[in-house]
Amino acid sequence: MFYREAGDFKVSYSQDSQTFPIRFDRYRYYVVLAVAFGVVPFLINDYWANAILLPFLIYAIAAIGLNILTGYCGQVSLGTGGFMAVGAYACYKLMTAFPDVSMFIHVLLAGGITAVVGVLFGLPSLRIKGFYLAVATLAAQFFLVWLFNRVPWFYNYSASGQINSPERDVFGIIITGPNAPAWATYLFCLIFLSICALIARNLTRGTVGRTWMAIRDMDIAAEIIGVNPLKAKLSAFAVSSFFVGISGALFFAIYLGAVEVGEVFGIQKSFLVLFMVIIGGLGSIFGSFAGAAFLVLLPVVLKVVGADMLGWPTDIVAHLQLVIVGALIILFLILEPHGLAQLWRVAKEKLRLWPFPH
Amino acid sequence: MKTKLTTLALGAMMAAGPAMADLVFPSLSYRTGPFAAGGIPFADGYADYFTLLNERDGGIGGVKTRVPECETGYNTEKGVECYEATKGEGALVYQPLSTGITYQLIPKATADDIPIHSMGYGRTSAKNGDVFSHVFNYPANYWNGASGAVNYLLGENGGDLNGKKIALVYHNSAYGKEPIRTLEELAKKHGFELVLLPVDSPGQEQKSQWLQIRRDKPDYVVLWGWGVMNQAAVQEAANIRFPMENFIGVWWSGAEHDVTPAGDKADGYKALTFTGLGSDYPIYDDLKKYVVDTGKAAGAGDQLGSVQYNRGLYAAMLAAEAARTAQEIHGTAEITSGQMRDGMEALDITEAKMADLGMSGFGPEFKVSCENHGGPGLVGVAQWSATDKTWSVISDFQPTDDDVINPLVDEDSSAYAGENKIDPNC
Repeated sequence: MFYREAGDFKVSYSQDSQTFPIRFDRYRYYVVLAVAFGVVPFLINDYWANAILLPFLIYAIAAIGLNILTGYCGQVSLGTGGFMAVGAYACYKLMTAFPDVSMFIHVLLAGGITAVVGVLFGLPSLRIKGFYLAVATLAAQFFLVWLFNRVPWFYNYSASGQINSPERDVFGIIITGPNAPAWATYLFCLIFLSICALIARNLTRGTVGRTWMAIRDMDIAAEIIGVNPLKAKLSAFAVSSFFVGISGALFFAIYLGAVEVGEVFGIQKSFLVLFMVIIGGLGSIFGSFAGAAFLVLLPVVLKVVGADMLGWPTDIVAHLQLVIVGALIILFLILEPHGLAQLWRVAKEKLRLWPFPH
Repeated sequence: MKTKLTTLALGAMMAAGPAMADLVFPSLSYRTGPFAAGGIPFADGYADYFTLLNERDGGIGGVKTRVPECETGYNTEKGVECYEATKGEGALVYQPLSTGITYQLIPKATADDIPIHSMGYGRTSAKNGDVFSHVFNYPANYWNGASGAVNYLLGENGGDLNGKKIALVYHNSAYGKEPIRTLEELAKKHGFELVLLPVDSPGQEQKSQWLQIRRDKPDYVVLWGWGVMNQAAVQEAANIRFPMENFIGVWWSGAEHDVTPAGDKADGYKALTFTGLGSDYPIYDDLKKYVVDTGKAAGAGDQLGSVQYNRGLYAAMLAAEAARTAQEIHGTAEITSGQMRDGMEALDITEAKMADLGMSGFGPEFKVSCENHGGPGLVGVAQWSATDKTWSVISDFQPTDDDVINPLVDEDSSAYAGENKIDPNC
């Protein structure tokens, strides 16, 4: 009834090609933004920030990054954890080398450095694809973690091999370290996520995104119609790594504060982000959000319900959590291979017809 | 989004009003994952001691204790979530039993005015209370451990390690890297050669490291492992027929479950310790009477008397005594985390006190001060007997090389103070 195109007249090309063509969607989007920027910062506390919202925002950026590479350009990558580590260590080196420069710039530069590294490791994608490329990116994952563990320069020769984020501020507001207020860290990540999502959305529906999708769907055909595979693949690697690098930098500097590369940016992280993309929906920006929310929230919800409300032993809850998450992933892959984003799409189609089914 | 918002508001409300009725000692435990073998007995011991206090004495100073458990799986992200989830309940002290999580919590807990007790793990330079106001690592730390191992080997070799080769097989993480700096200094001082062999987490895969040991033939191997890595290391050592009496583990690598998988071949393996071993203490009678027989034991209740269970018991005892001290200092039974910190800093463990608690000789006597949060750093050595299936102490608690350790502590803590702009606390 409310959700329909009818009566929403578009009088210019820009209106015709906007992201949310349906009025209801558009207002919903503005409301979400208004709540996220205007309401949540006043309600937030340490628990909500550190246990739920920060991981969600940061994983969403990583998932958008991987979705560009895997979902839009069809290049399977298992190196996400390693690229996040590049972002984190780049941010750490920049933070300690130039303490007076704004964190915004450090995080962006960290993303830029990761983009360069990503392009380097993306070079093999010009020759190999599919499983073989997955193995090549897997090598990047292990190599990068090994490198950060091995070369003391990266962790400023600290005794434990850990990196710790020192206290830094943006416009006088502390955003890293233990004294940072929850709302500031939340807003900082939210700004990055909003900008990343906007950029990603607009890249993927423009020329660049179309060349990526052409490569994904059939690279030979794409080449014949004039898509340059070198440019398309490497630009996908660069943009994807840029986002993943930003998420790694935020993950280290804002969320955790202290990081040990092998544990935090190990192969599990690569798989976690890949699961987010698959469950959320390949080739969908909304899917990246949904997947990140699903995999961040589900363990917390299961823990709260199992251990805190029902009072079950913590080990049983932890094991059940593995079982339930695993089962849900399998169920999703069987029932809805296109992920949560497809469910959302179907729901929207239904909404359009409601309340008349035909 | 709407439901998200309501849950958000609901959560904010729930987190807003902490009940201050009990003394809360959160247990960030791990009963799952590759490190559960060590995590389970420690968590059981920690919980059982507080159950004992509640059942026998009605809590500490008349106030009941509560031990909310939160599963971390030895994972730092989950550790942070657990910390945030439990700190609102009025948590008095955190003992995460993980060096990684400890590093994570040091700045956070300091800012929240909650003390951390990382007993025999965590950041070694936290010994310097001048810099680390809220972190305690008494009675012993990793650098005491490294020095204790070398001291023991010195004793074995008539005080001379010149030209010997010692290999360190370590968990490639903050935990395993912690002793390297001290061992390097000690290698310079005593003239032995140090070979570093990192093992990536979780540590089941050690074939190449032990191949290298077989080739290099070091005189001694020191193990800095945890969880599943220990069993694998002892098994691999047995496979290459490395003499077990020349193989020494740190205190986290010397429990029953680490050596039993290798069977008889593990006989003679040594490990450091800073607590008493076995169940031959009067407190076990009380534990049986008040906790086990009443069915209130934590977990499966089958860990009593094991090495890491004793450590959990000891950690809980130190926390309870610190709480008692805090109650005396501040004249209130319902202490806050800040007052708990004062109690930890004024903690004085004497033999008479331990005997009162039925834990005579369980640990060393020590007194915490504002400058020294690390205790005396006395380290003993125990040896495993595969026929009796027991650990027995072969070298009593001995002092370690403070000439080497103290300058390193000062160096590392002053670097931390400089990085984070910390003013002296004492």
